[in-house]
Amino acid sequence: MIYARLFWEFFQTGLFAVGGGMATLPFLYSISDRTGWFTHEQLADMIAVSESTPGAIGVNMATYSGYITAGLPGAVISTTGLITPSIIVILLVAAFLNAFHENRYVMGAFYGLRPASSAMITAAGLILARVVFFFGDFSGGNVNIKAAILAVILLVFTHMIAFTRKLHPVIWIAFSAIVGIIFEY
Amino acid sequence: MNIKLLADLFITFAKMGAVTFGGGYAMLPILQREIVENKKWGTDEELADYYAIGQCTPGVIAVNVATFIGRKTAGNLGGVIATLGVVFPSLVIIVMLAGVIQAYSSLEWVKHAFAGIRVCVCVLIFNAVIKLFSKAIIDRWTLGIYLAVLAGSVYLNLSPVVFVVMAGIAGVILKVRVKKS
Repeated sequence: MIYARLFWEFFQTGLFAVGGGMATLPFLYSISDRTGWFTHEQLADMIAVSESTPGAIGVNMATYSGYITAGLPGAVISTTGLITPSIIVILLVAAFLNAFHENRYVMGAFYGLRPASSAMITAAGLILARVVFFFGDFSGGNVNIKAAILAVILLVFTHMIAFTRKLHPVIWIAFSAIVGIIFEY
Repeated sequence: MNIKLLADLFITFAKMGAVTFGGGYAMLPILQREIVENKKWGTDEELADYYAIGQCTPGVIAVNVATFIGRKTAGNLGGVIATLGVVFPSLVIIVMLAGVIQAYSSLEWVKHAFAGIRVCVCVLIFNAVIKLFSKAIIDRWTLGIYLAVLAGSVYLNLSPVVFVVMAGIAGVILKVRVKKS
């Protein structure tokens, strides 16, 4: 039954994704690979929509993928699945707040979890970069020049120029959409 | 059970969910205004604590903070209601947008737009990684974990759950061992 599976997949995501919205990304890629509910391309579009709409990115991505998989009930169930472990964990933590804060096992676990989370997001980015910049094949030697130029422009804007560095991602997403339409990406 | 307070929690958090782009840290100034100054459901110090804990508990940070404040204000049920409030606008907005996007996704110019957007998403992920990296990789052990998990994610077809559990265990062993030596 798809609803039960949907709930279970997003329950796991909510339980194991540590460090905010983007941390759910490796889990979504894993769901995509195992179930075929949505494609990697759809995932990239979901990220863009989730960044450009109000609300937490992790919640938005769960809602979106649930909707694509099983319509409105799917959206409700995947979102519920994602937030259920959070609610349980936080209600437990709140009851033992100070003990949790200073526990060295908890601190040790997160000392290891943070780099792991960064690594998994890096890997998810590489999967997307392979499609976007190398036509799906790193070793083929074909580079998508148009995509590379846009990426360099965006990197300059988001890192080098003080005036544009703090602008919201939604502006860059809109900018990239317009560039995509005008230059037929 | 205080229905009025629960309704207030739901509406207040739904309003915040509807106006915050980006979640997490983008929400902090709005939380400070609504929760600390207007509703007086918490203090700035408590918010800072909740964020710190939200960073190191599973799940989405905005959801974690909502659960904390809801629980403090109206008990466990309050925690659940505040959380439902903060995700409710996402549900409505995303479902509406996803329907529209699916309906138009076969048009040529929409395809071009999303091809451009995908480049941007790559850059956004790259930027997120840089930010996380500088906080997470603080010595050679954390660098080792980063490289091991990166290699594992690229070359092995394993669930992320496996890496999360292993990295958590490695972190405990390293921290406890370092403390002793």
